[in-house]
Amino acid sequence: MITISEDGYYGQFGGAFIPEMLHPNVEEIRRTYVDMINDETFQKQFRQLLSDYVGRPTPLFLAERLSEKYQTNIYLKREDLCHTGAHKVNNTIGQILLAQRLGKKRIIAETGAGQHGVATATVCALMGLPCVVYMGAVDIERQQPNVARMKMLGAEVRPAMSGSRTLKDATNEAIRDWINNPEDTHYIIGSVVGPHPYPDMVARFQSVISEEIKWQLEAATGKANPDLIIACVGGGSNAAGAFYHYLNEEKVRLIAVEASGLGVDSGESAATSVLGTEGIIHGSRTLLMQTPDGQIIEPYSISAGLDYPGIGPMHAHLIQSGRAEAVHITDQEALTAAYDLSKREGIIPALETAHAFAALDKIEFKKSDVIVVNLSGRGDKDLNTYIKHLG
Amino acid sequence: MSRLEKTFNNKKQNLLNVYFTAGFPALEDTETIIHSLSNSGVDVIEVGMPYSDPMADGPTIQKSGMQALENGMSVSVLFAQLEKVRAQVETPLILMGYFNQVMQFGEEAFLKRCQAVGVDGLILPDLPLSVYENEYQDLFKKYDLAPIFLITPQTSEERIRKIDQLSRGFIYVVSSAAITGNSKEISPEQVAYFKRIENMNLRLPRMIGFGISDHQSFTTACQYADGAIIGSAFIRALENGNGELEETIETFVKGIRNDLTLAS
Repeated sequence: MITISEDGYYGQFGGAFIPEMLHPNVEEIRRTYVDMINDETFQKQFRQLLSDYVGRPTPLFLAERLSEKYQTNIYLKREDLCHTGAHKVNNTIGQILLAQRLGKKRIIAETGAGQHGVATATVCALMGLPCVVYMGAVDIERQQPNVARMKMLGAEVRPAMSGSRTLKDATNEAIRDWINNPEDTHYIIGSVVGPHPYPDMVARFQSVISEEIKWQLEAATGKANPDLIIACVGGGSNAAGAFYHYLNEEKVRLIAVEASGLGVDSGESAATSVLGTEGIIHGSRTLLMQTPDGQIIEPYSISAGLDYPGIGPMHAHLIQSGRAEAVHITDQEALTAAYDLSKREGIIPALETAHAFAALDKIEFKKSDVIVVNLSGRGDKDLNTYIKHLG
Repeated sequence: MSRLEKTFNNKKQNLLNVYFTAGFPALEDTETIIHSLSNSGVDVIEVGMPYSDPMADGPTIQKSGMQALENGMSVSVLFAQLEKVRAQVETPLILMGYFNQVMQFGEEAFLKRCQAVGVDGLILPDLPLSVYENEYQDLFKKYDLAPIFLITPQTSEERIRKIDQLSRGFIYVVSSAAITGNSKEISPEQVAYFKRIENMNLRLPRMIGFGISDHQSFTTACQYADGAIIGSAFIRALENGNGELEETIETFVKGIRNDLTLAS
């Protein structure tokens, strides 16, 4: 059984390792989030926005040409068709409603690839709340289209200049902002990371993905359970959503695809589940890439959404307990998979998502298997990288 | 009685705690800085263990930490330096760092080493009170180390009482909702908060920190607590000092104290 304990642990991973300055805020969310999510009025609002604004349910598409290539049955969960172009908005809709209930007047967020930043800026525009997004200076350079989108949506994009100037530093800056503004500000974390209750709360908001897969697959095949679900994992929010309702369906294989950059042992990688050791990052006890002295190591991946040095505590537990299988995909393998999917199915995936497709070359399955790949985001934001590598 | 408790027993007001980042400006400066702070009459010395991701610290301390790490500072190197200096200095030494550093060293090994090299207390901002209480309280007692917890303007009265029960040495009163290194003037709201804490008649002494940067803010803070803690302002002084470290430090401490020591 995969469960989360009262104080936010999945097995030995999770918890809330936060400075006293954040205690009242995090505690307030911890006390209220379950009741709030279960509240009928909240559910009505949440569901309505997901359907009328986000465009849910997203289709479950039988990819015939891809299935033919791999001699199996591959369905794509089209999260790329969500408003804003990725699954991230499922969570920001949920959290903006939470922020309103808590009476918060200002929103902050961190972003790596910019998808969560865009999804946050979007819901802030929708609700008329001011929004500040922290983004590593390096990521601002490589994800220009998303920076422009956030600005057009009225958000202020603040470059994180500390450390390695990528996602982990953007997260540090957002946490510092929250420490400085504890009364009026809500911090919308974009993945299943951070102190409890964030990993569980974000997973619950994203769980709509597997909730839909269940009935869509049943309608399509007569069975609600696939044989495999494949999703990419940085922090792990799209994977958490795609796995959620199958966590305790032991026959469903859960495949978590991490970015290995130039190769797991190259020194330029983000394969946290193998390179990581147990420690604390951003308030959560989990697997992370660090030196023996406990200094956090900057990971590398071509994809700005997967180069996080940690992994959500739920995924750390799933992988370590053997419930989920970790697969590692290099930059080059991801690029190849992205070109292939584009030509074969007419869908340009996000670079992050391309890692999940590349995993099809790495895992074993049967001809009769039903496989769901979570197509977490679309690739428009990555066109520059794709063009550069088209050769 | 521990060095920390003795210090607070012997002196009831205007205690000065100065923070510096170990390994900054240079790797081998730790000894010199501790000697100079001690000779200048600083009451408590807080040694920061530089960390890659210091979530409660502002730009000044972050930058000094990055430099210290580049200089080669590590937890083991620091312990070796402290062991040497403790033989000559009686001033209480407190280590400040993040819990991951302790975890990677091994919790018990870390605490044991702290005791062996003469560390008196620990400030680990991201070690939650509940985790300390359930998992580490006995180890802190075993190695006679003072756990020092933070309170903020948002900390509830009930929780402050609990922190007062679980801490040893002193309570770290964070002056405002902020990360370190803010140096605005102390506001009437902050004074009201200091008074509120003062009126709680806590068991332990209180030291006010975060945003204390000069003689004026130090003096104001000391009116409502046993003393105050200065960090970022001292790091900036080390950055800008162009003479000998000893001289820079002596001048800095004099500037903070002004005539306070003579008057008390």
